[in-house]
Amino acid sequence: MKEHPLLRTLIGVGITAVIVVFLSVRLNAFRDYQIAEIATYVTAVAGLTVLTGLSGQISLGHGAFMAIGAYTTALLLLHLGWPFIAALLISGLLTAATGAVVGIAAARLRGPYLAGATLMLGVALPSIAYAYQGTFGGDQGLNVVFTAPGFLGASFPLTRWQAWIATATALVTLTLLANLSRGRVGRNWRAVRDDEVAAALAGINVAATRVLAFVVSAACAGLAGSLLAIITALVAPGAYTITLSITLLTAAVIGGLGTLPGAIWGALVIVLVQTYITDVATSHGLSATVGANIPIAAYGLILILVMLAFPQGIQGAVRRLIALFVPQKENIPHEEPTVRKKAHDEVSQPL
Amino acid sequence: MVEFLQFTLSGIVFGIVYAAIALSLVLIWRGTRLLNFAQGGMAMFTTFIALEVVYKTGEYWAGFVVALAAGLLMGAIVELVVIRPTLNKPELNSVIVTIGLLIMLEGLAGIFYGGQFRSFPTAFSVTGIHLGRTPLGVSRFDLFVAGAVLFATGVLAVVFKYSSAGLRMRAAAFNATVARLSGIRVARVLTVGWALAGLLGALAGVLVSPSTFLYPNSMDSIFVYGFTAAVIGGLDSPPGAVAGGLILGVGLSYVGGYVGGGRGSDLTAIVAMGILVVVLMLRPAGIFSGDRLRQV
Repeated sequence: MKEHPLLRTLIGVGITAVIVVFLSVRLNAFRDYQIAEIATYVTAVAGLTVLTGLSGQISLGHGAFMAIGAYTTALLLLHLGWPFIAALLISGLLTAATGAVVGIAAARLRGPYLAGATLMLGVALPSIAYAYQGTFGGDQGLNVVFTAPGFLGASFPLTRWQAWIATATALVTLTLLANLSRGRVGRNWRAVRDDEVAAALAGINVAATRVLAFVVSAACAGLAGSLLAIITALVAPGAYTITLSITLLTAAVIGGLGTLPGAIWGALVIVLVQTYITDVATSHGLSATVGANIPIAAYGLILILVMLAFPQGIQGAVRRLIALFVPQKENIPHEEPTVRKKAHDEVSQPL
Repeated sequence: MVEFLQFTLSGIVFGIVYAAIALSLVLIWRGTRLLNFAQGGMAMFTTFIALEVVYKTGEYWAGFVVALAAGLLMGAIVELVVIRPTLNKPELNSVIVTIGLLIMLEGLAGIFYGGQFRSFPTAFSVTGIHLGRTPLGVSRFDLFVAGAVLFATGVLAVVFKYSSAGLRMRAAAFNATVARLSGIRVARVLTVGWALAGLLGALAGVLVSPSTFLYPNSMDSIFVYGFTAAVIGGLDSPPGAVAGGLILGVGLSYVGGYVGGGRGSDLTAIVAMGILVVVLMLRPAGIFSGDRLRQV
């Protein structure tokens, strides 16, 4: 049976949408909030997994792009009273433009140098909010007022509406990314990732390809930031620290780098595991300090163990599991996303 | 003029601490081609251990020595237990392992020691030194900080240059395969590299904690600036790490001192990014990189 890949994606999207609507109606407000949170992280992690897994560029500063999206949305809603959908799109466009600038600056950088530059971006950008308190509200941040539209009725819970909006954005993003990575653009990304020289010889514009990956990925992070602004109702620099950037990268890697289903796994892990461990810790009557720190320590331990036991991430493990039971179809491209380890002598210098 | 001198000197003192972290990262990078994101977290943890010892014994130097020993040990253990199994896997996996280690150490420090800020003692007086009647803006302890890091760096340089162990380490970093073929136990050399890096990090932690206070995240920004210094200098180059640290320390000290309205200290991260971007634009692999640059 030969299906069109886009059709398969759309069917998946439709099923997910139905499941989320069903869940959001059945579950309580806190779970709705979690759905919105997961969808937000899916959006951001999907963009990052494309950047790092497909085009081979690491970013330790994606939280900065989320911050740009979040502050853009907050300022547009606060001062201009724009409808959210317009603010969402503008946030995406603005972060895409920022991504282009960062991508151009980063195009010559490799490996740890790129990691260092993006890490510094992630650290430096939120500090602008402290330096220009008049515009960005400093430490306190900006409050975001967001309400469910009138036609849903006054009793419609806001968290459910937020869950719907976030899920819709995540699904649209995933569909676009799936389409993009399956086509010529995605092929170019993989070619550049695997061997730049060969890609250039094949007629691919390496620099443009790399910059495009940054643009796409930054736009996703911007959309996610915009969503985070409305679901947390507050945009403050404390939420967009380097910890956020690192969390996004770990989600991408735990889920399975370079795969979009992996982005969903990763988002589920970072939202649900944290809450679960906190619940367990507090229900066992541990003191507040210990209770607050156990999830952090456990999260670190899980990261290490997952990397040692399942280097291809959850999606890699799922694939292996599926391969055990289902004979391989010829049509499925079986990509192992590898950021290759360069041979020692290529980078070493005489001492 | 006096102000300028003060900002320069205090910038150098902080720059030297950044240089110590940068050097520890360079040591690891040259051996394992890996960025250790847990370097700051490990230093934070060894400094907590040192503080415990200082409290128990009432003796600064006991804590100092224990911190260095703990750093040495922790570096070796980390390499053996969690880094070695990831070395043949994709590069990013070992990076994530070090990030996981950082998060775990910060969580553990929170469980054992709590989140409050603790002050860390100094070995010498922290009142400013005067040259004649001019205040220099640095204290005896600052001189000790600079001296300790420079001493450690000097010892390392001599060991690397003149001892056979240093030769083995250089050979392993230069070309692991050839080194292995000439009978060098590369794996053991890597462990030693991690241990030495752990020691340098622990030294930086003990030296910087009196001025930053000690809490589970206290080394985060020091690590970020140390990392930036290493990138500025070029990750393959120990002199580059020192130069990068000094450039960054002095540059940030000027910004913090001269940019008015109290805005300077909020802008340090942005200025650090500016320095980093300018350096990397001109030399994508750092100031002290060799000439074999990649081109796009």
